[in-house]
Amino acid sequence: MNPKTLKYILKRIVLALFTIWVVITLTFFVMHAVPGGPFVGEKAVSPAVQKAMEAKYGLDKPLGVQYWTYLTDVIQFRFGPSLKQRGRMVIDIIGDGLRTSAKLGVISAGLATLFGVVLGSVAALRRNTVTDRIIMVITTAFVSMPSFIMGSLLLVTFAVKTHIFPANGSTRAGLVLPIVTLMLYPMAYITRLTRSSMLDVLGQDYIRTARAKGVSGMRIIFGHALKNALIPVITYLGPQLAYIVTGSLVVEQIFAVPGLGRSFVNSITNRDYTLIMGTTIVLATLIVVMNLVSDIMYKIVDPRIHLE
Amino acid sequence: MNGEKAISKQRKGRQEMDNKRKRLSMQVDLSDFMPAADEEKEYMVRMRPSTTAFKDGVKRLRRNRVAMISFWVIVIITLAAIFVPMFWPYKYEAMLGMVPGKPMDPSFNNLRPFEYARTELNAMENGARVMPHLFGTDANGRDYFIRVIYGTRISLAVGFFASIIVLLIGLVVGSVSGYAGGAVDIVIMRIVDIIYSLPDMLMVILLASVMKVTLSQKLEGTPLAKIGSNIISLFIIFALLYWVSMARLVRGQILSLREQEYVLAAQASGAKGSWVIRRHLIPNCVSVIVISTALQIPSAIFTESYLSFLGLGVNAPMPSLGSLASDALNGLSSYPYRLVIPAIVISLIVLSLNLFGDGLRDAFDPKLNA
Repeated sequence: MNPKTLKYILKRIVLALFTIWVVITLTFFVMHAVPGGPFVGEKAVSPAVQKAMEAKYGLDKPLGVQYWTYLTDVIQFRFGPSLKQRGRMVIDIIGDGLRTSAKLGVISAGLATLFGVVLGSVAALRRNTVTDRIIMVITTAFVSMPSFIMGSLLLVTFAVKTHIFPANGSTRAGLVLPIVTLMLYPMAYITRLTRSSMLDVLGQDYIRTARAKGVSGMRIIFGHALKNALIPVITYLGPQLAYIVTGSLVVEQIFAVPGLGRSFVNSITNRDYTLIMGTTIVLATLIVVMNLVSDIMYKIVDPRIHLE
Repeated sequence: MNGEKAISKQRKGRQEMDNKRKRLSMQVDLSDFMPAADEEKEYMVRMRPSTTAFKDGVKRLRRNRVAMISFWVIVIITLAAIFVPMFWPYKYEAMLGMVPGKPMDPSFNNLRPFEYARTELNAMENGARVMPHLFGTDANGRDYFIRVIYGTRISLAVGFFASIIVLLIGLVVGSVSGYAGGAVDIVIMRIVDIIYSLPDMLMVILLASVMKVTLSQKLEGTPLAKIGSNIISLFIIFALLYWVSMARLVRGQILSLREQEYVLAAQASGAKGSWVIRRHLIPNCVSVIVISTALQIPSAIFTESYLSFLGLGVNAPMPSLGSLASDALNGLSSYPYRLVIPAIVISLIVLSLNLFGDGLRDAFDPKLNA
């Protein structure tokens, strides 16, 4: 690895750490901007009880001290107890939800990449034919459809009207529809990405050279073209995760999947502030780290790419 | 072509002779002032009217059938959203079963498309004409067609104004950063980098969930309260987070355009600064900026409907396409069309805006077409 790449990687890591710090700080101050503090809305409490509660959660200390304790706590993943679910720690709720959500996310990301690459390559190789047109029209439609619309429509068609799949996402069969919902947008995006980069690669001189040497069509596609055409797909790994995370918020709500997304949405409606903060920080960190990884991979895989 | 060549040959010969004979003579060569021959005139005829870069782009855009269809879809939807509520007999917030001074008529609730409530049927028997409920009514007896139209209006307005906010902030910050350079540029660009790498949706949800509470208390009694705290917080969020890509774009444009050869060439041939800006910088910059603003609108509509779906969007009873879809989830098995209709409208708006934006890009900025 040359020193320039190393410098770039270090720079990106510093930026990522800084971003995570900004997220943590932002959540802290945003939560402090809530009028009356986090205990408003509970049944009316006497000032003495209010004071005792504030003392218990450290809300009576000066802002700077609070911020420092908060920062050190968060770095050790101590988000404190949930305000609404009595006796449960935020980190446990997140851990439980994340297990289901991660399964959902990983499967749909994997399927999206697989189908996207295959469809994109097919569209590029059959360029300007009916197959290509059909693939492009369908992917354009999928890209323009918000995930909650897609999810609801799938729910109507396959669960409510025809009962092919259960509408409740807590069983194994019930996970099929949420996975499909989450998969379609990234799949369509990857298809378009692969198609355009595949077309670009197929026009390169080295492909013509390989053809001229008499290399078989299959070897050209798998040995020369696909490898290079997949490089831009790597850059989409980070945004894809971000999409799946935000998409899962509504999709889990629609299909009643007991995952992190649903508990996040519920925490917003219940105004469970510690849970909102904790979930935001965990998910944001996940996305930032994934962006970092995909950018660094991109740089390592293709040393030609010049990044400032 | 032949005539042209012959003429230039003739001229050249004549000139050479002139040079030989009277190199220092001030005498005017009369043959230079002879009326032009027909062949020469033909060469000067303009084959077609000269075009500008803008006209050229419009012509390319008109030839793009997909973009034109999308354009007309957007125009029709926008006009409908603006004008239909003006003459439609029902109001979006009116619960038709609840008329002051009369007993409540629950038969207005949950009408299917083109069904009538009891009061309306009675009125029709007496010969009155009643406007049919094209999409039926919702659970509270509100005409669903006008709610969809009104929701479209809200979604379009939010998308449009959010994009304008993003455009203004991005334009100012980007050009300051590009012109100033040096330390200012570095500081601004680091801030942009950080905001850019923040996961936007999560931040939007976080800010929206808190501002919903904070703002609604502050706004009470002011004229802004009518717009609703959630819409305003949505605008604030766009102003805080979404300007970064626009700022980056504008800065990049300014930096790269300043160094272009044609700017140097114009300056070398004596063009003034104002001419360079008017003739070279603005036309080259505007297309990119307009296009990315156009593409910003669907993404703003996307965000708005997403937030409305989570219950963080518009305040009830005001509808938006997202909140209509979200409300429809409750009666999904009996009234699936209540979900399907706003879903189709959102997808149609976003799809045609995206396709039209792509068409604009292809027509006005062939460089970007990757």
